[in-house]
Amino acid sequence: MNTEILGILAMFLITLLLALPLGKYIARIYDGQRTFLDPVLGPVERLFFRISGIDPNEGWSWQKNLVALLVINGVWFLLGMFILMNMNWLPLNPDHNPSQGAHLAFNTTISFLVNCNLQHYSGESGISYLGQLYLMFLQFTTAATGMAGAALLFRALRKGTHKTYGNFFSDYLKTCTRILLPLCLVMGVMLLFCGTPMTMEGKQQMTGLQGDTLQVSTGPVAAFVPIKHLGTNGGGFFGANSAHPLENPGYGSNMIEMVAQMLIPFAMIFAFGIFIRRRRMAWVIFGVMTLGFLALAVPNTYMEAKGNPAIAHMGIGNQLGNMEGKEVRLGAAAAGYWSIATTVISTGSINSMHDSHMPLSGMNELLAMMINCFYGGCGVGILNYFIFIILAVFISGLMVGRTPEFLGKKIEAREMKIAMIIALLHPLLILAGTALAAAFPQYTTGTLNNPGFHGFSEMLYEYTSSAANNGSGFEGLGDNTPWWNITTGFVLILGRFLPIIGPVAIAGILGSKKYIPESAGTLQTDTPTFGFMTLAVIAIVAALAFFPALTLGPIAEFFSSK
Amino acid sequence: MKPQHKSLFQKELVGEALRQSFVKLNPRTLFRNPVMFTVWIGTLIMFFVCLWILAGEKGQGSFGYNLIVFLVLLLTLLFANFAEAIAEARGKAQADSLRKTREETPARLATGKTVSSAELRKGDMFICEAGDIIPADGEIVEGLATIDESAITGESAPVIREAGGDKSSVTGGTKVLSDKIKVQVTTQPGESFLDKMIALVEGASRQKTPNEIALTILLAGFTLVFVIVCTTLKPFGDFANITITIASFIALFVCLIPTTIGGLLSAIGIAGMDRALRANVITKSGKAVETAGDIDVLLLDKTGTITIGNRRATHFYPAAGIEEKRFVRASVLSSMADETPEGKSIIELAKTDPLSYAAPEPRFVKFTAETRCSGIDFGDTRIRKGATDAIRNIVTRAGNVFPAGIEEQVKQISGNGGTPLVVSENEQAIGVIELQDIIKPGIQERFQRLRKMGIKTVMVTGDNPLTAKYIAEKAGVDDFIAEAKPEDKMNYIRREQSEGRLVAMMGDGTNDAPALAQADVGVAMNSGTQAAKEAGNMVDLDNDPTKLIEVVEIGKQLLMTRGTLTTFSIANDVAKYFAIIPALFITAVPALQGLNIMALHSPQSAILSAVIFNAVIIPLLIPLALKGVAYKPIGASALLRRNLFLYGLGGIIVPFIGIKLIDMIVSLFL
Amino acid sequence: MKQFLWPSIKLTLLSLLLLSGVYTLILLGVAQLAPGKGKGELIAWKGKTYYANIGQSFTDDRYFWSRPSAVGYNASGSGGSNKGPNNPEYLQTVKDRIDSFLVHNPDIGRAQIPVDLVTASGSGLDPDISLQAAKVQAPRIARLRGIPETSLLALIDKQTEQPLLGLFGPAKLNVLRLNMALDNLK
Repeated sequence: MNTEILGILAMFLITLLLALPLGKYIARIYDGQRTFLDPVLGPVERLFFRISGIDPNEGWSWQKNLVALLVINGVWFLLGMFILMNMNWLPLNPDHNPSQGAHLAFNTTISFLVNCNLQHYSGESGISYLGQLYLMFLQFTTAATGMAGAALLFRALRKGTHKTYGNFFSDYLKTCTRILLPLCLVMGVMLLFCGTPMTMEGKQQMTGLQGDTLQVSTGPVAAFVPIKHLGTNGGGFFGANSAHPLENPGYGSNMIEMVAQMLIPFAMIFAFGIFIRRRRMAWVIFGVMTLGFLALAVPNTYMEAKGNPAIAHMGIGNQLGNMEGKEVRLGAAAAGYWSIATTVISTGSINSMHDSHMPLSGMNELLAMMINCFYGGCGVGILNYFIFIILAVFISGLMVGRTPEFLGKKIEAREMKIAMIIALLHPLLILAGTALAAAFPQYTTGTLNNPGFHGFSEMLYEYTSSAANNGSGFEGLGDNTPWWNITTGFVLILGRFLPIIGPVAIAGILGSKKYIPESAGTLQTDTPTFGFMTLAVIAIVAALAFFPALTLGPIAEFFSSK
Repeated sequence: MKPQHKSLFQKELVGEALRQSFVKLNPRTLFRNPVMFTVWIGTLIMFFVCLWILAGEKGQGSFGYNLIVFLVLLLTLLFANFAEAIAEARGKAQADSLRKTREETPARLATGKTVSSAELRKGDMFICEAGDIIPADGEIVEGLATIDESAITGESAPVIREAGGDKSSVTGGTKVLSDKIKVQVTTQPGESFLDKMIALVEGASRQKTPNEIALTILLAGFTLVFVIVCTTLKPFGDFANITITIASFIALFVCLIPTTIGGLLSAIGIAGMDRALRANVITKSGKAVETAGDIDVLLLDKTGTITIGNRRATHFYPAAGIEEKRFVRASVLSSMADETPEGKSIIELAKTDPLSYAAPEPRFVKFTAETRCSGIDFGDTRIRKGATDAIRNIVTRAGNVFPAGIEEQVKQISGNGGTPLVVSENEQAIGVIELQDIIKPGIQERFQRLRKMGIKTVMVTGDNPLTAKYIAEKAGVDDFIAEAKPEDKMNYIRREQSEGRLVAMMGDGTNDAPALAQADVGVAMNSGTQAAKEAGNMVDLDNDPTKLIEVVEIGKQLLMTRGTLTTFSIANDVAKYFAIIPALFITAVPALQGLNIMALHSPQSAILSAVIFNAVIIPLLIPLALKGVAYKPIGASALLRRNLFLYGLGGIIVPFIGIKLIDMIVSLFL
Repeated sequence: MKQFLWPSIKLTLLSLLLLSGVYTLILLGVAQLAPGKGKGELIAWKGKTYYANIGQSFTDDRYFWSRPSAVGYNASGSGGSNKGPNNPEYLQTVKDRIDSFLVHNPDIGRAQIPVDLVTASGSGLDPDISLQAAKVQAPRIARLRGIPETSLLALIDKQTEQPLLGLFGPAKLNVLRLNMALDNLK
């Protein structure tokens, strides 16, 4: 078998093998059970809570938990704005990079706060090491926020009737200390030995073999990259993200980073199954997500590996695939696979330039973000998927002649209302954003890097990536303008917090409802049939709404290119 | 009034429904249905576009084309209205035929005055004699009568109604066959259950049920998604230098929103209540029908539901040393004056005429609650027949031995679910009569069907636990309440409900009223007391205790019809997209011909075909909406698979074929 | 809301200390044991140090060329061309590269040019080229340097980095190492 394909299979299988025990571990953490790190981290956490004046054992209602979530996110936002706008005089700035202006700082802070990491600056020149370290902090906290939100959902969906759903501060801190930090340390050490730099010394001078003098940007990359992937953040230390040879020095590091970004989203599914004691359901969810993932990843791997027909027409050897924007050490197949992995989950890191992908590869990347729940980001993936479960439960419940119920709780008008608002929000943000950009060409056409349909795709991609909190881009777009910084900034906020609040609210309402025991007339939600139903709902609700927009972008480009 | 197999579209109903289709175009009526309301707005816009073109606008395509789009949209609205109207008309016709039974009849008041039935008020007393039509619903306060209820139930055998007890209710429109009764009116005119039901069907007081509200939210959500999709398409088109006509926008929008289910939604709900009415069940709200589909536990009285009427004698077991002939004779004599069905069945079993036995100057001993036995004295013979304890008492008090053989026989009979009756002659136990419950034929299958639906059946009986267990097993119910007192039912319901289950029960007596009120679905028998009927949320005109099973299926059908048509409607979008999207862009981007996978003739024909399909599918599905999707108790997952295959996959494929066919026809004219 | 404000601020500062501070320091410590003491993989050659993983521009016909770069191999930044696959301007650029390559390498046929030599990498700093990209340049370098082509092919063979563990990913050549070895050949 082709070594490039073998590499892809290995990445998927390793992720799955690691995710199973990790899922079990995560379920134990949120369940408050003992774990092997208790003796080391227990005292640290207790100290943090004591100083902060938090009683970690106090259970809160879901509303109270959400308020806590929003307040601490607000603190992170303000602190971020302050640091990014004052980097020039703050310490740890060996390259003397300038402070960011207000709208860029707004966009950058929001972007990292919401797990998107859309980067309208370049890491080499647009930010100091202090800024990088704060953004790294945000990459921890945003993943922890999403996962703590999912933990709320876990508790609400456990059998029985509930009043309290744990304590957000406790979940947040434990996610950081027990899950993210240990994994990051392990991965950071591995990357160090793959050749990723870890230094605070700033740019290095180097003379090339041909005698030209060069500057090489370095920095604390080995600390930054682990959380970028484990936290499904995707914010690159360097502008070229994981295509950069210091951020991703070889195929080995590529495999590590690939596994790392899918690890927690996989594990959260299994943790969910273990936590609510329905492992079968976890496998069905995993199966549906994998099916959806493969439906996008296989064509992309194929198309990128097959190469650009327009270049093949020129009569050169096209066997390596579509190499524009790709690295030789990684290969076109691994780039095609990565392009979907990074878009189905909300990482948004890239190891090749998506702008230069084949038109239908670009479409699949867009679709992956439009759907935004095949695995999905840390914690939020399962929250997004939950909305589709609710819709699927509702329609299929009616189809079997019973008031729809999920895990023993009836789905009624109030839950449907919230679910529909959240399901509507995503197309609204993407389509309305793109429509605005199309309606004001004076602000946007000048920033496009490509003409015609591909230019339209660049705008569509930017808003899709923002709404999905993904962060990858058709990077040709000159996006550091007030227009892009501000509009995407608002799309980012709405696309992050409402899809956390909505599902948690639904789960909270369900959690407090009376539990109805199952009977033969109850629709089983852990069967392949129901899984298929969910997939159909996702395909029709999430994907079809974007059909007209996609037609004017990648599809038109595809048909025109023949 | 028994199920009439008339065609779905009777001529007189269609005429009325057609008229209503236009009346319902009133936006205030349509506003209740968000999906169709947006279609209404679209139609209005197209109307103005047509006018605009007449006024000289050139950029919107030909007048003819726009006019056709306008007309097809109007047709879509009319079809949807027609669906609702025909469902209403059918329900109304059904209700009217019930109402006919209560046309104005003279009522003789207890005071001697004769007034029209319409003037009767709650609390009034009237008198009815043989041959009278009862003028209003009421409760007999005095007397007993045989009544022909066939006008309501379709059952020709007359029934006996008498004051006091659980069979004291009479229904307006039924006919007194014999005797004389004094009746107190129990409802104000226009407020009887039937009146309420008619109002429900006619829409005057029709409220959306919880599931209907949730579904409306879902559909409104889908509509909003496509508002967004279509509005944003305008700047997208401008950006790509593609002009899209207003007709195309509206066509795309109307095709994508779930008009099929939106148009049929209220028809489905009305048809559900109508089906209940056809089953001779009057529901007090649409919600009750829906809840019936969710029932987890069903409480059924043993007598009349699981077993036929009463116990019957099946065996004579003479005691050791007693001749069978003598024992049979004694048994028959003791039952001579016994008018209970059990007593009669003893004589039937003996196959002899009791008068053939010499019993000079008989003196009959009636059954009382204290003695718990009945019998006959003649000459110096004293025969008693009764419960084991009662006879044992008589025997031992007289200093005689109660034979061990009989004791043994009694136990055995009880163990087999029978009821033993011991017979004594002159304070000597001489044998046992076995009474058995006869389980209704076919009832096991019905319980099996319920079990497959996921419904637990519970038998309620006054029998002892041993007998109850035996019958429960034989009939195939899941649980039983033996030696049931009224409060036992209540407690059982409460316990099940506290565990989150929905409970249905049927009852007739005043005793049942609290339990009927407590149950999520309480079906009162029409023959039952007023209290029972007030407490329940449905009334069964047939007094058929197995009716609950039908009611459950009607409820399930209602939900299923909504679910499957929603799925069908949404699945249709796939094909519609592939018809309209290429049509929108193909002129500006000829390369997109590759997306025209149905090879439709031209952009105009594609758009027309899609909207025509979208309109025509509504009347085509009206029969399904009215009849309901067939419910099959094959387990939820299998049912989902089946419906997903039929209506999901079907919903994807059918429009591809339909639109292509319509396009082939339309292209002939273009 | 107020009740969460102070706890939020304190918790933020404490976790900042842990996640940005302690975590970074631990990795900085471990980095002292890693290749290049945390500066990445370095090659010392003829008294100078080079970044093994940062590609360099080789335009001299006597060296193996590296791939086209959108940032001119200036490693103070990074990035790709971000040209769409059907962008006419981009396709023209690729055509020009092919033509120019054929001018410099007259001995080879058009079909022998591998695509990586006429397309820009994602980072603009790609240190590697494919096997075919090295081989196709061998005739030119052999001619200019006067080395037999066979020894060049042997050199390429020796410098080829096989897939990870022989199993995963593509085979490739590091252009810097290849050119150093080329200089050593004399």
